[in-house]
Amino acid sequence: MSNLNTGMVEKYRNNFLNEVEANVEEGEWVKMCMQCGVCSGSCPLGPYWDHPPQELFMMIRAGKREEVLESTSMWMCTSCYNCLVRCPRELPITHIMHGLAHYATRLGIEPKGQPTRQFAQLFWDNLAKNGRVNELWLGVNLYFMNGFVNGIKVAMGMAGIGLGMYKSGRLSIKELIGGHTVKDKSGFKAMIKKAQELESARVDK
Amino acid sequence: MSDIVATNQTILVVGGGISGMTAALEAAEIGKQVIVIEKSPSIGGRVTRLYKYFPKLCFPTCGQEINQRRMAANPNITVLTMAEVTDLQGDAGNYTATVKISPRYVNANCTACGDCASVVEAELDDPHNYNMSKHKGAYLPHNMAMPKRYVLAPEIIATDDAEKAKAACKFDAIDLDMQEETLELKAGAVVWATGWRPFDAAKIQPYGYDRIDNVISSVEFERMMDPFGPTGGKLVRPSDGKEAKNIAFIQCAGSRDRNYLKHCSRICCMASLKQSTYVTEKFGDEADVSIYYIDIRAIDRFDNFYQRVKENPNVTFIKSKVANIVENKKNGNPVLNGVNVEGYHRYANEHDMVVLAVGMQPSVDKNAFPIELKLNDEGFIESDEANGGIFAAGCSADALDVNRAVQSATASALKAIQVVNRVAQAEG
Repeated sequence: MSNLNTGMVEKYRNNFLNEVEANVEEGEWVKMCMQCGVCSGSCPLGPYWDHPPQELFMMIRAGKREEVLESTSMWMCTSCYNCLVRCPRELPITHIMHGLAHYATRLGIEPKGQPTRQFAQLFWDNLAKNGRVNELWLGVNLYFMNGFVNGIKVAMGMAGIGLGMYKSGRLSIKELIGGHTVKDKSGFKAMIKKAQELESARVDK
Repeated sequence: MSDIVATNQTILVVGGGISGMTAALEAAEIGKQVIVIEKSPSIGGRVTRLYKYFPKLCFPTCGQEINQRRMAANPNITVLTMAEVTDLQGDAGNYTATVKISPRYVNANCTACGDCASVVEAELDDPHNYNMSKHKGAYLPHNMAMPKRYVLAPEIIATDDAEKAKAACKFDAIDLDMQEETLELKAGAVVWATGWRPFDAAKIQPYGYDRIDNVISSVEFERMMDPFGPTGGKLVRPSDGKEAKNIAFIQCAGSRDRNYLKHCSRICCMASLKQSTYVTEKFGDEADVSIYYIDIRAIDRFDNFYQRVKENPNVTFIKSKVANIVENKKNGNPVLNGVNVEGYHRYANEHDMVVLAVGMQPSVDKNAFPIELKLNDEGFIESDEANGGIFAAGCSADALDVNRAVQSATASALKAIQVVNRVAQAEG
């Protein structure tokens, strides 16, 4: 992906706003921001972001490409949609945040150790496999996200909850081998493949 | 009411606020016959509820008095109060308006002595003070009311209060048998000047206008300064009556927001700048004003006023649209949360009281317009040939301050005059 990154730098030199408009989902809305600050003030996780949405929009317009795309900020979005419903100009802020995060990932310059990013990747890989979330494996993968020893510790700590979920039928041990899938798994895979093709066509154009 | 003479050379002015009065005077003073239809019991509209005008900070009562004297002295003007246009048929030069007149229960004998009010017990919300206070069931709308004649509220009719009021009147001015009337009036042209209303601040859920006592609207704040107003001219908090020296103004409360009013209401920046001078007028150096804004739109020559306020060390400008307001339960202070654009600093600021600079919207709801007119998305009347001989004046055309409303009214009067002049020529 680093070739793509280099290519994009060349194509949009000193014009990061154009790059965002062309490649980021809902990116064409960024220029509509009037810097009122309601999104940043309304974000429940706002105090934990390096750059709240309103600041990211200004940074995009100021051409701060690396600072934006390598930022952990948009990975902090939990999709609560508070900003989106309050924005006086109806910018789809939540979608832009995910669009930026996704674009940074495509370019391979996303912040590597960022835990919410890691979780998002785990979740996607898990879901894309069978079309259904395998909660057992998602949990196990999460436990061992920070190494084997730490994983064992977390797993031991969570054992009680896991047992409770198993007893109440919320967790099936059968999920360990294969797990449940959508009815038409090959159809699902074909759909994902097509979506990825469409997106690539857009970015590569 | 059969003595009203209306022909197709008459100009009908709908609304008796500053715009309607201006249009009526402009037309009447060059000799046209004008009928003013006013919904409330007295003319003057929202200007009568202002403490001061910007930018000169003079009192509207002064100009209002001059206009009222001009109205009273002009035989070409007929004013119908408590009247509403319910229908309008015809074309330019030949309109017929249906006008509904609600009973006032007080006739022209009234001397405004107030004897009726002193015996009536019922108290009702006073719309002149935006329901912040009560008035009696028999009342004079306000001190400068024109016509200076009392009104019996329909709520007290057929109660003992009405009989008591009638008995107390020494001039036989109270007529409890008055009925609603419907008139048909001819007119050659119509000036539509129904004005504006403040945006309902309770709709802005995060600001808690309906939940937090010390969050008020700018029109309510304006009433507080009136020595005859609901607080007797004191700037006090609704929750505990304590003097409010640390006051925050929130701009664009409802305006420039696709969730509420899409347009910029144009007056609110200047209104808050003006109101910041009220706080310093009352408390001097103890005043502590914060103005939260997106951008200050002090248009053209008003910029001088903005610069003057900016020089005042007791007024702070914070470039941020406040995200939400919560109440400090211990002292009733509103706490404002948001992020300051200048540096992206997060704040949680506590103030004694918060004034929401609410937007302007047309007083007639877009979907409840009694006649067919070209309206824009916000419900303001467009300047469009399809409107024929009906011309919008003042805030029914756009969000305007008094100065611009008067200009707009003068322009509309001129257009209306042209229509009736054409009629006069045709009729020879």
